[in-house]
Amino acid sequence: MDQIIIQTLHGLVNGMVLAMVASGLTLIFGIMDIVNFAHGDLLMLGAFVGATVLGMTGSYWLALVAAAIVIAILGALLQVTTLRPLIGRDPLTTILATFGVSLVIQKYALWQWGPSVRNISEPVRGDFNLFHLQYPWYRIVTAVVAGLILTGLWLFLKYGKYGIWIRATTQDRVMAQAMGIPVPLVYTAVFAIGSAMAAASGVLFGPFAGVTQTMGFDFTVRAFVVVVVGGLGNLGGSILASIFISLLESYAAILVSPAQAVIVSFVVLVLTMLFRPTGLFVPTPR
Amino acid sequence: MSALTESNPLLKTEALTVRFGGLAAVNNVSISVARGEIRGIIGPNGAGKSTFFNSLTGVIRPTSGRIVFNGENIAGLPPHAISRKAIARSYQITNILPGATVLENVRIASQSRRHNWSMMRHHRSYGDVIARARAVLADVGLAGKEDELASNLSHGEQRNLEIGIALATEPKLLCLDEPTAGMSVTETHATVDLIRRIARDLTILIVEHDMEVVMGLAHTITVLNYGEVLAEGRPADIQANPRVQEVYLKT
Amino acid sequence: MLILENVDAHYGKSHVLHGVSIEVRAGEVVGLLGRNGVGKTTTLKAIMGMARRTGGRITFEGRDLEGVPPHGLAGLGIAWVPEERRIFRLLTVLENLRTGLDRPGMTPARRDGLLDKVYAYFPILKERRHQAGGTLSGGEQQMLAIARAMVLEPKIILLDEPTEGLMPRMVAQIQEIVHALHRDGVAILLVEQNVPLTLDAAGRVYIMEKGTVRHHAAAAELRADQRVIHEYLGV
Repeated sequence: MDQIIIQTLHGLVNGMVLAMVASGLTLIFGIMDIVNFAHGDLLMLGAFVGATVLGMTGSYWLALVAAAIVIAILGALLQVTTLRPLIGRDPLTTILATFGVSLVIQKYALWQWGPSVRNISEPVRGDFNLFHLQYPWYRIVTAVVAGLILTGLWLFLKYGKYGIWIRATTQDRVMAQAMGIPVPLVYTAVFAIGSAMAAASGVLFGPFAGVTQTMGFDFTVRAFVVVVVGGLGNLGGSILASIFISLLESYAAILVSPAQAVIVSFVVLVLTMLFRPTGLFVPTPR
Repeated sequence: MSALTESNPLLKTEALTVRFGGLAAVNNVSISVARGEIRGIIGPNGAGKSTFFNSLTGVIRPTSGRIVFNGENIAGLPPHAISRKAIARSYQITNILPGATVLENVRIASQSRRHNWSMMRHHRSYGDVIARARAVLADVGLAGKEDELASNLSHGEQRNLEIGIALATEPKLLCLDEPTAGMSVTETHATVDLIRRIARDLTILIVEHDMEVVMGLAHTITVLNYGEVLAEGRPADIQANPRVQEVYLKT
Repeated sequence: MLILENVDAHYGKSHVLHGVSIEVRAGEVVGLLGRNGVGKTTTLKAIMGMARRTGGRITFEGRDLEGVPPHGLAGLGIAWVPEERRIFRLLTVLENLRTGLDRPGMTPARRDGLLDKVYAYFPILKERRHQAGGTLSGGEQQMLAIARAMVLEPKIILLDEPTEGLMPRMVAQIQEIVHALHRDGVAILLVEQNVPLTLDAAGRVYIMEKGTVRHHAAAAELRADQRVIHEYLGV
């Protein structure tokens, strides 16, 4: 029973972080049909930048904000230089491009920070008491911060002037252009937002398991699963799917080792593709 | 031509209806096409011409009604079965194999008619198939271009290749879907000549927006409007029909 | 104001426009008639930079549209109401309008003024302003598409088959709206298959066939002698 409560909390917390990663990915895919293989590496780079800033300033929150901003700018530059020229070409081309970017980022991180694990210390120490169990505060804080950021994103998209531009461009790029919306800029902005969210996730996740060059990979894989299960381009769906899959994985970890519990997400992926290919939470069109 | 009075039509649809949800795209259409006839199908936008074609060639399953081809009801059969019944179709959007040569495009179509897909025999051993393919290319005016990559042809030539591919399957009924769409006046005239040439041994159904083409080629014309048959008759009669004029001019 | 000189256009290999020359002067309503598939919509798409222009020139108020990116046309004063309407289905009516209302240089006062004007033309849109675009009926979507163009305060509206698929009552409404826009001084290039409506609304009419302009006359002339119409648009 205790295990179940702990795993539920793990599932929820991990789910929120995963949701942040997946949202960026699904936004990018939804608006410009780009499968961003470099997403997890932007997360990793964000974590490293965060660790560095934390080392310089001692402030976790500053590190979080700085990482998001730096990676947002980097993301925008990447999109303008490598992806914008490829618009309209075969989708395979952009997949290869983001894959290439991913490799470059990984090697750069290795060169810049070396192979040892970096540390991001928790923003808040201590555990909080749930019944007779103890659960680290910082994990709760992480989930809350992620929730706030996601809520902010949702509000921005729903009510903000540029949020409307983004939604319009996602639905009909050509008509959006005809309305005077500067679509190339919107693309860059969305890529920057997605990158910022990945970076923030990296910093949030830092205290959980340390910062390494390969930390992005697990997230990329699970984020892709989530994006498909939640429905490509469907923001709400990917958030729900993140929590759903993370909970399932956590529960599975009670029975098998956590490394094996990852299989759960792939089982869900396969089942979704077989029976509800447009997304688990999206009604299948007739 | 006694086409209209022939009692054994090649193709007959009886109360053919295709519904999408609540909308009847094709509504109770009954037509009768005689052997050797060239039948034109015209109508304003959204009249149901494409849906009608699609139901004839198995792309869409009709909601109700019969399609009797050569005495057999083929309504609801899948496209490959329909092809085997000797009905061929050309498409509005060019459907050739761009990476293959002109001859190969037609040869593959001819092969589908003449042989089962045996993996063991080399294609060069299909002498009759290649001969047939070359004959078709001559018919559609592409004889000199058999080794040209299909993607290198001009638009008009590609559309004619499309007709050639359909011809190579040795159909009894050839369905042409807007064969002169996007063609210049010169290319259009060439295609009309082509169709006249190949019409001698075939029955042809042709959907077109170019009135000159359809009035010049067809023996009989069926006018569709909102999925229903509005009028049917010889080109001169259709042109004089006030209801047809009204529908086209939306008076 | 809007001049197409000898424009050729291609869709892939297909040569769809052959030397099309059309002119729309400020404040004019010009009709573009022709059967299906003759290239009327392609002509509008060529203006909007959506079809590959392989010959000729398109100028607007003297400026060559060649180098202008697609999203720059609205700023120049060219608005487009496409054949399929292309409402942003997941955005509300108001959000659809906002895509045009939130242009740079718009003050809240101007925005509210435009919104009021559009709601005055189309009261039903005000009623449904918080409804998702995709839930509107065909006629309402057409009105929203026109309202969305109006909100750009354009100098010219490219209006593509606004009455297609609409009930006769709605067709009459569209006719009203075209008149009202004309009174407002907006130029309109009206692509239509509905001949009576076009002859009533337009001052001049071009008739296209097989990708080129075959005839050009004053609407009054064509109203008086319908033979040309029958030749190119009838059967």
